[in-house]
This record gives sequence, C-alpha cells and structure tokens, in this order.
Amino acid sequence: MISAPDRHPHDVLVIGAGGAGLRAAIEVAALGASVGLVCKSLLGKAHTVMAEGGVAAALGHVDDRDSWQTHFRDTMVGGKMLNNVRMAQLHALEAPARVRELEGWGAVFDRTRDGRILQRPFGGHTHPRLAHVGDRTGLEMIRTLQDRAVAMGIAVYMEHTITHLTTNPSGVTGAFGYRRLDGDAVVFPAKAILLATGGIGKAYEVTSNSWEYSGDGQALALRAGAELIDMEFVQFHPTGMVWPPGVRGLLVTEAVRGEGGILRNSDGERFMWQYLPEDRRHEYAATDEEARTWVEASSASRQTDARRPPELSTRDNVSRAIYTEVREGRGSPHGGVFLDISYLPADHVRRKLPSMYEQFKELAGVDITAGPMEVGPTTHYVMGGIRVDAETGATTVPGLFAAGEVAGGMHGANRLGGNSLSDLLVFGQRAGAGAAARAASIADDPYMNPVQIRAAEEELEAPLSRTGGTDPYRLREQLQATMQSLVGIYRTASDLKDAIARIGDIRHLADDLCVPGGRAFNPGWNLVFELRNLIDISDAIARSALVREESRGAHSRLDFPATEKAWVDRNVVVCRDGETLVVGTSPIPPMPKDVRALAEAGGGA
Amino acid sequence: MANLLMRIFRGSPKEPGTFAEFEVPVEEGMVVLDALHWIQAHAAPDLAVRWNCKAAKCGSCSAEVNGRPSLTCKTRLSDFDLDEPITVEPMRAFPLVRDLVTDVSWNYEINRSIPPFQPPADTPVEEWRWQQEDIERVQEYRKCIECFLCQDVCHVLRNHEVERPFLGPRFLVRAAGLEMHPIDTADRTGYLKDDGGIGLCNITKCCTEVCPEHIKITDNAIIPLKERVADRYYDPIQMFWRRLRGDRSSAPAAAAPAASDGGDRSS
Repeated sequence: MISAPDRHPHDVLVIGAGGAGLRAAIEVAALGASVGLVCKSLLGKAHTVMAEGGVAAALGHVDDRDSWQTHFRDTMVGGKMLNNVRMAQLHALEAPARVRELEGWGAVFDRTRDGRILQRPFGGHTHPRLAHVGDRTGLEMIRTLQDRAVAMGIAVYMEHTITHLTTNPSGVTGAFGYRRLDGDAVVFPAKAILLATGGIGKAYEVTSNSWEYSGDGQALALRAGAELIDMEFVQFHPTGMVWPPGVRGLLVTEAVRGEGGILRNSDGERFMWQYLPEDRRHEYAATDEEARTWVEASSASRQTDARRPPELSTRDNVSRAIYTEVREGRGSPHGGVFLDISYLPADHVRRKLPSMYEQFKELAGVDITAGPMEVGPTTHYVMGGIRVDAETGATTVPGLFAAGEVAGGMHGANRLGGNSLSDLLVFGQRAGAGAAARAASIADDPYMNPVQIRAAEEELEAPLSRTGGTDPYRLREQLQATMQSLVGIYRTASDLKDAIARIGDIRHLADDLCVPGGRAFNPGWNLVFELRNLIDISDAIARSALVREESRGAHSRLDFPATEKAWVDRNVVVCRDGETLVVGTSPIPPMPKDVRALAEAGGGA
Repeated sequence: MANLLMRIFRGSPKEPGTFAEFEVPVEEGMVVLDALHWIQAHAAPDLAVRWNCKAAKCGSCSAEVNGRPSLTCKTRLSDFDLDEPITVEPMRAFPLVRDLVTDVSWNYEINRSIPPFQPPADTPVEEWRWQQEDIERVQEYRKCIECFLCQDVCHVLRNHEVERPFLGPRFLVRAAGLEMHPIDTADRTGYLKDDGGIGLCNITKCCTEVCPEHIKITDNAIIPLKERVADRYYDPIQMFWRRLRGDRSSAPAAAAPAASDGGDRSS
C-alpha cells in the first residue's frame, strides 16, 4: 500500500442508506451542505426495503378519534415507559408531516374510499394508524427517498465498508473504509458524521436481518467514545418463518395479524387470550365473535366499537407466548405455531398481503389463502442504541450524530410495529438538520490524523496477510450460537455470565482472523470487520442484560420475573474503556407532569 | 439427503474465468443462494456473491442459473434434476467484478437522467385525493425491486449493438410509474424519444418473462409509453405509409437494429 487512499471530503458524511440515512442525507442537501452517503450494499437494498406492514402516523384517516397524543401514549405503553419521552413526543407529533412529505415526493400509498392515505391496524396501536402499500411499504419508502436523493444529486458511495472513525480532541474528523469492488482504501474527511447503519440481528442464529446488520454503527460509536443505552432490549419478532431451514427467521409481517390472522397451537387452541397482560386485557376483544366483528370492520376500513383481537398484543408479549407454547409441547411440526388468515376470502388476502402470499408460495410451497403458516420468534430489532439528543440526534461525541435503529431511546423496552419507519423519517430529518448545523459551525476543513489512517490501513490488510488463524465464518457461528442459546427471549444471570465469558474467548480468537483471497469483493475479508463489531455489541447486550435485574418489555429475566418500579427511571449505559466495555446505569429525568398524565392515560379507545 | 454438484463461475477481469465445482449437501426447501452460502462457509470463503434480504424483496442476488436469469434466493433446488450439475454464472449484460458479482453502476447512472417526479405547484399535498383504482397500475410499476434481470436479458442492452442511449426495461418501468402517477405534471415523451431511446425496444417481451415481481413490463409499461411518444411525435398516417414502404430509417419506433430473436443468450 504505497498510494494514498482516495479522498472524498464532505461537510456531512452519512453512513448507511436505509430510511434514516436517506432521509438525513436529503435534509443535509436541502440545507445546502455537501453530503456523502455511504452504504455497504447497492443503493435501495437496505433493510428498510423489508419493512412490510406500514409507517405509523396519527393521520386519523380511518378513525378520526386518533391523535398524536394517543400515538404518544401507545408508544410509551408499548415501550413500558422507558422511552425517551421527548423522542416519543416528537415522533408522534411529526410523523404525519413526514408521511405526507413522502407522498409529496411521489410515494403512492393505498387509499381510503374518500381518496386519502389508507391506514391499517397494528399491534399495540389503539386506532388503525399504519399508512401502507399492501405489504411492501418499505420498498415504497426507500424507493421514494432514493429517487428524491438522486434528483437532488447527492453523492452516493455504494458498496463501501467503513471500518474506522477518526477523531481529535474536539470531535470526529472523518471516516476510513474500503471499496468492495476493488478493495482499495478510501477516506471521507467530514465536519460531521451521521450514523444510520441499522441493527444487530446477525448476532443471533435466527434473525430476520440480512448480512449487513452487524452492529457497525453502534460499535464505531463505542470506539469513538459514545455511549450506548438500553442494549438489553432486543426485539424478537413473534412471527418469522420456521421452515424450510434456509429461510428460518425470515419475517412474516405483523400485517397478517393486523388483517385478522389468528394464532393457534397444535391443539387448535387460540392461545393468545391467556397471555394478555391483566392490566391491558380490557383493550382486547373478549370473544371470537368480537374479534371477528373487529376484523370485518377493519377489512372494510370502518370504525367499530369492537375491540381488537388478542393477536395484536405487543410484540414482546406475543413472542413470549409463542415461545412458551412451543416449549410446552404444543408447537407445529417445524417448531413454531400456526398463523391462519385463510378464513378470509382468498382474493382479499392476496390483495392485502401480496408479498406474503408470494413468499410462502415460492419459498415454502404453502398457499396462505388455503391453510395456516408456521411461524416462530425471530431476532428483528434492537431498541437500544447510541445515546442521542432527541432534538438533533447528536451523540455524546462532538460532530457524531445517529438516527434510526442505531440510535437508542425512542422505543424504550419494546417497539411497536410501524413505529420504526416513522422513527427513520422523523429522526432522519432531525439528525440531518443537526449534522448540517454542526458542519456549518466549523470553518476549517477537517483534518484526519495520518497516524490514525495508517493504523486503520494496517488493520485492514492484516487478515489477508496472516497465514494460519481463525476462520471468521466459524467464529461467527460460535458467537451466534452463544447469543441464541444464552441471551435470547428468556434470560438468567448464570446464562448471561456464561455468555459474557464465551464472548470474551471469541474476542480473543478474533485477534487472529485470517482469510484467503484478495481484496476485490471478498466476503470473508468483509466479515472480519463485521465480526469485530458483532463481538462488541453482543458483549454490550449480554452485559446490559445482566445489569437489569427485572423483566420489562423485550427483556425477560427468569430470575427476576417482575417489572420493578425501581427500574423505570434508569437506563443501562455501556461505554468503552480501552479494550473493555464498562456498564453502569444512569437516571432518567422525571417526566413533566402533563406529559406523564398523557403517557399514563388509562384505557384504550 | 444426497449431495449436489454445483458449477460456479469464478474469475475476474484480471484472471481468466473458470468453472469451479463444489459438492453441496442438499436439505429440504433449499434455494440456490443457500447452496452458495454453504460453499462460502465451507469451501470458498472468498466466493463473491451479492445478496441481502433472501426473500425476493431486495433484488440483490441476481445471477444466471443454468443459463436462466434468476434471483438465486427464490430458485429452489427441487426445481432441478439434482443428478445433473447446476451451473451458476454472473449476469452477462454487465461488466464482471468477480465471480458472481457484476458492475451494475451503469443502471444507477442512466436512472439519473430521468426527469423526476413533478407535483403540481398549486395543490398542497393534504388536498390530494386519488381512488385506489386509479393507482393500481402505478403500484404495479412501483413493485420493481431493481434486480436488473430485465436489463440483463434485454438484447438491446446485452448485445451492446447500439450507440444511442437506451434506458432498458427497468427504467422504462420507472418512467411509466412517473408518467402515470395520478398527480405528476412533467412531460417525459420528448425525453423518452431521444435520451430514453424507447424506439429501440422491439417488444420481444424477454424482460417480462424474467421479472420476479411479475410486472408486465412490455404490455403495461413500455407499449403505453411508446403510444404516448407516438401520439405526441408521429402522425399515425405518416407512420403507416412509412411502414408500408419499408422505410425504417426515419421511423424511430422501428429503428432498433437488434434482431427480434429475444431468446438469444448465446453472445
């Protein structure tokens, strides 16, 4: 490596081109700053494309009783009151404008009879609230944002992996990475860096996430000195495919339940009734008939006083229910439960859930209009993430911003379906504005320390020049098996301690990773850098889970089964000290009185 | 279960291409991409494969399986005779990067030339009202996952026979989505005629055949666009006379020099 790496200086560098990264880049460009958008895959392939059900926004088109206040309350209740209150508030307030803005940029949502954006019901939402396009809302959203970004002439660096952020005492100065196509090093000097890299699903064996979701942003932020919060809260989506083996974990949209899908065990029993939390039971239908009335009204986009079916409980709860049914021997042949929508007319199912129909037909040979699907929990989303300022997305490191799944706080202990797409839009826009403002406040061109760049280059080359060492594919399997078996839906102190010890061993083995082949589009080589990130965030998840000695939302401790008042006002925080992670707690400031009243407002509709 | 012999193209512009053979254990329900992942994890960690969602929703894993342009994530092994080897090659219409990965950046470049969505300046978005029936056609175009299989199989693009710009099926679909958007005000007919090269398509429908989203690319997108261009720029009676006389040079709609044997994949 004699030649200096290619340089692409920008005011703001956005890392990650899913919904949050694209929306952020659009905001930066709209404010007149120079922006570069870097992504690991081709543009338009990020996981946002997989989002199916819809984007939550209190537009009130189907039920005019909806309001931002109700959306806020649902989000706080779903998040078990651990959410960053200001984020939840801004999110509920601004989501409708962000959705209309998408329509203004060319998105074509499904319509109500009076020609407005149609909204569908979803788990934990009091009213039908999800603007959608059949069950391919994410594709519509990412394509709309992509088209907008292209029309604005935003510079996109596709198939680039960022391995290091460079810093000086006053903040970040740029990013270092490499181009997948030829493997050459690239540097991006920047006055502000915005992380929008998404989640961590690849830490687990069974996940709905693609190869990209290896905790890159969380790990880069930790190494740059930022804090992570709430990492113990990993969402296991209740319905992933369980068969065939090659698609185990693949998402089955919650829209199936939103449209009336019924969960049954191998005895044919509709088991969700018995898993509803007592304090929320009044929000759900009491009988099959009432649930059926609700489904019929909802299919016709009519308001109804019938309450929603028990399958629309929050995701944490439905996942635990399915897990328990399977463990107690009432599972389906391939270790899941049955999800049935075939009692509705076949053409209605095909129209409302076209991609689910195709997915089961093509990949499992199952016709969902004729019989039930088999489904089980799959690692889907991390509620925790980089600690950010609600208004601007600023992290605790000057010049470093974060938005979307990589950021923590918005969703508390459990995210409601549909709230992630709205999160991407609301906080993508805000963090974009925050990063642009930061860049505007800095006069000098950023200076990336050549010593840091040299160290990054050496680290990049190392796994290719080693002879003999650890195979990254095997080591990732070990890590995934550890997380799946010891840091899953139900946790105990002894399992978590065991996991932390094993992750320590894996970290040690990762010092010696070695891959064959050259630099051009070498997936084994790329995995080395992802694995390093996965180890950091797996460690952060396990350690955070050990510290939170209670059960709340997606974090269920068998040894501490109760939700404890003492833990509602505390975040578990992780930061990095040299090569070790340090875990502690930090108090959450008390909610303003009026906000608390809103969040705790009783009852459903 | 039995083992399957996979023949995978390996090579880059710098090294001559060869077919490497791998024996892969077959599990029930496996797709071609599963087999490629098995090879990566057990035999060739540096095998270059592009993929993301593994659910036929992102359009990353396009390749040619036994000569047919396919999404490897939805091509099930059970559709083949497993006693015969399965051959996987990169898309041929695009420059090779390495193994099964090609340089598809051309698509992103030509996309930039399409005049973007242009809503009316005088109606605020809150007041837009459309009926579901009015947008179903546009939603069909917007199902496109950009797998570029239609571009791969399009003989105008594949054979590189023309110097003139040509959007290819994917971007004609995108242009159709904009043109038929219920509230768009831009007129792209001039663009489609000149920079878009719509006349080069001679509607052999190969693109429609390979579309994993089952978009009727030719019938529902390209032909209606051709009609718009023709209505706008070509007097139909003059066109009729030109066709009768066999004078093709001045009739852009029939000017494609490519042969109409759309199934030709031998080049």
